[in-house]
Amino acid sequence: MSTQKVLMGNHALSWGAVTSRVQVISAYPITPQTQVVELLSEMCTDGTLDAEFIKVESEHSAMAACIGASAAGARTFTATSAQGLALMHEMLHWAVGGRLPVVMGNINRAMAPPWTIWTEQTDSLSQRDTGWLQVYASSNQEVYDSVLMAYKIAENRKVSLPMMIVLDAFFLSHTSENVIMIDQNKADAYLPKYDPEFKLDVKNPHTFGGLTTPDWYMELRYNIQKGMDDSYQVIRDAQSEFKSVFGRDYGMVEEYKCEDADVILVGMATAASTGKESIDILRNKGVKAGLLRIRYFRPFPFEDVRRVLKNAKQILVLDRNLSPGLGGITFQEVKSAMYNEKNKPPIYGFIMGLGGRDITVESITNLFEHAKKNDPQDIIWMEVKK
Amino acid sequence: MIYTIPQKELINPGHLACQGCGGALALRTVLKTLGENTILTFPACCWSVIDGPFPYSAVKVPLFHTAFETAAVTAAGVKAGVKKAQDPNTISVAWAGDGGTFDIGIQALSGAAERNEDMFYFVYDNEAYMNTGVQRSSATPKGAWTTTTPTQSPKKERKKDLVSIIAAHAVPYIATACVAYPEDLTKKLEKAKKIKGFKFFHIFAPCPPGWKINPQDTIRIAKMAVENKMFPLFEIEDGEKYTINMPNPKKEKNVPVNEYILKQGRFRHLKEDDINEIQAFVDKRWEKLKKLAEI
Ligand SMILES: Cc1ncc(C[n+]2csc(CCOP(=O)(O)OP(=O)(O)O)c2C)c(N)n1
Ligand SMILES: [Mg+2]
Repeated sequence: MSTQKVLMGNHALSWGAVTSRVQVISAYPITPQTQVVELLSEMCTDGTLDAEFIKVESEHSAMAACIGASAAGARTFTATSAQGLALMHEMLHWAVGGRLPVVMGNINRAMAPPWTIWTEQTDSLSQRDTGWLQVYASSNQEVYDSVLMAYKIAENRKVSLPMMIVLDAFFLSHTSENVIMIDQNKADAYLPKYDPEFKLDVKNPHTFGGLTTPDWYMELRYNIQKGMDDSYQVIRDAQSEFKSVFGRDYGMVEEYKCEDADVILVGMATAASTGKESIDILRNKGVKAGLLRIRYFRPFPFEDVRRVLKNAKQILVLDRNLSPGLGGITFQEVKSAMYNEKNKPPIYGFIMGLGGRDITVESITNLFEHAKKNDPQDIIWMEVKK
Repeated sequence: MIYTIPQKELINPGHLACQGCGGALALRTVLKTLGENTILTFPACCWSVIDGPFPYSAVKVPLFHTAFETAAVTAAGVKAGVKKAQDPNTISVAWAGDGGTFDIGIQALSGAAERNEDMFYFVYDNEAYMNTGVQRSSATPKGAWTTTTPTQSPKKERKKDLVSIIAAHAVPYIATACVAYPEDLTKKLEKAKKIKGFKFFHIFAPCPPGWKINPQDTIRIAKMAVENKMFPLFEIEDGEKYTINMPNPKKEKNVPVNEYILKQGRFRHLKEDDINEIQAFVDKRWEKLKKLAEI
């Protein structure tokens, strides 16, 4: 029988790192991420985990330390949130350009000012163009499982890109749930030791990241996109192997009652899991409602999104994030995914729950009410004091 | 005692340094002693260019280019990485310019020093941002011209006393060195190689185009800076044990800064009073150093 632990989302991340046998950790504390690194510090001290923990003086340095260690061939881990992630920005690009499979947990928190610690996705979504793979979780089991899969995917030589596991502040980070733990021997078989094609090696010296003229830079960017393109299959393979070994089934997206749905709500993370209850209520009232939860934001699951949405009569996108001057970020991606499709259902862009404001079952059923009565719009603010 | 410098070159000819580059000479000397079991980390600096454009590289050891402000911590990460995944005895080296050290990189540097990371940190000090075309740094000496401190208003502030800042971290080993004295540098490297923990080297490295000097004068001018105590050579162990190691004790007395100043285009605008002020500052600092070394 498999062991279970009651874990908060943050500790699910820490345990994910343990199960993945990370070798070098470097991190800096920020609410609501602190428990991730506190537990890892203890585990590095008490022998639960045989890793070096570099307790740096900033997140920018945390990412730089992970980059150095990863380039030297070690499996590396860090975690952060909001301001910390923004401070890392330059180094996020560095990890991608260096093709280094650093894995990071990011706890979604709204950006200051004003000071806030509650959930919102703008911190991680505004890093979408750096080239990190991003997966958004909606349960602590998913957080834990995603860490192990993240290394498997990121370290695959076809991908060789860093990966971010994203979870909502408090709704996941500080909420305890039952988590089925993975047997270490099975984990080791699923995720072998990191064996990079290139590393800093005194026996085979190479230079990494040297001055590159227009003759070569573009090819390197092409290869990063190719890594993303190839990652779809790598992700699917990692998920199906995970399912056959551990029994839990993950896709690039999660579909809930979409098959015959006329109106499909698209969302991410815990807001989307709340949405499932709304769907049930609507279904009871005879509304053919469905829900599409996007797990992978990068690479964007174009195929799945098109397949699921193409027969819908209305698409409602729920964004707990904002790109000022544009609107919801998921909305933008979904809309662009559908643009070249023959059947283009109308798409509604809802902004809701910024700065950690509750998104309730009722708030989500209200979106369907709104769409029943109104024409589609790119930005529809819900529950905002105007 | 005469120290022989190892013969084996770990830098290929054909790199992109300017003629008479002190920074290029400094790394050449350092690598000879550190040897092949060394991994280099460079932040943005002249050496990001000197090493040669992709796919060329002048150094014969592994080299990781990193962001401007992260030399110390990236090298600390490399050390942790080799410790876990390769040979824990591999030497990890951060090799940075004065801008990447005194200014933008000082936070990561202070962090690595405070944690006493087992690594070497070298700053080759050419006293300005040379890569980007000679802008002032906090290592630029008072009175100097740079493109951001024009001759009508040369740099008003003194050079930051970085070595004292690092000493305040009580790291096991700090040395100043100069490209004109490779034996002294080699001797210090040999010593530091045996020390576990954070080793900091401040190497004086003239830049002919940035200082407006002739390339053939790099060594001459570097030598003067040591003799006149603009850049005295010393070591600090555990943040408190100071040892002065001037290479030529006979010449130690009263070499004025004049000749050094007048030989450099970057100081050409200075008047006699300005030079006297620099002299007074150098004398005062020398007395302070002697006190610290209890001579
Ligand atoms: C974050 C960031 N800001 C600015 C730069 C531009 N930059 C590159 S090298 C450099 C100056 C380097 O000066 P120093 O460290 O003294 O080395 P030197 O060029 O003199 O060898 C600057 C400002 C950069 N690469 N990154
Ligand atoms: Mg410089």
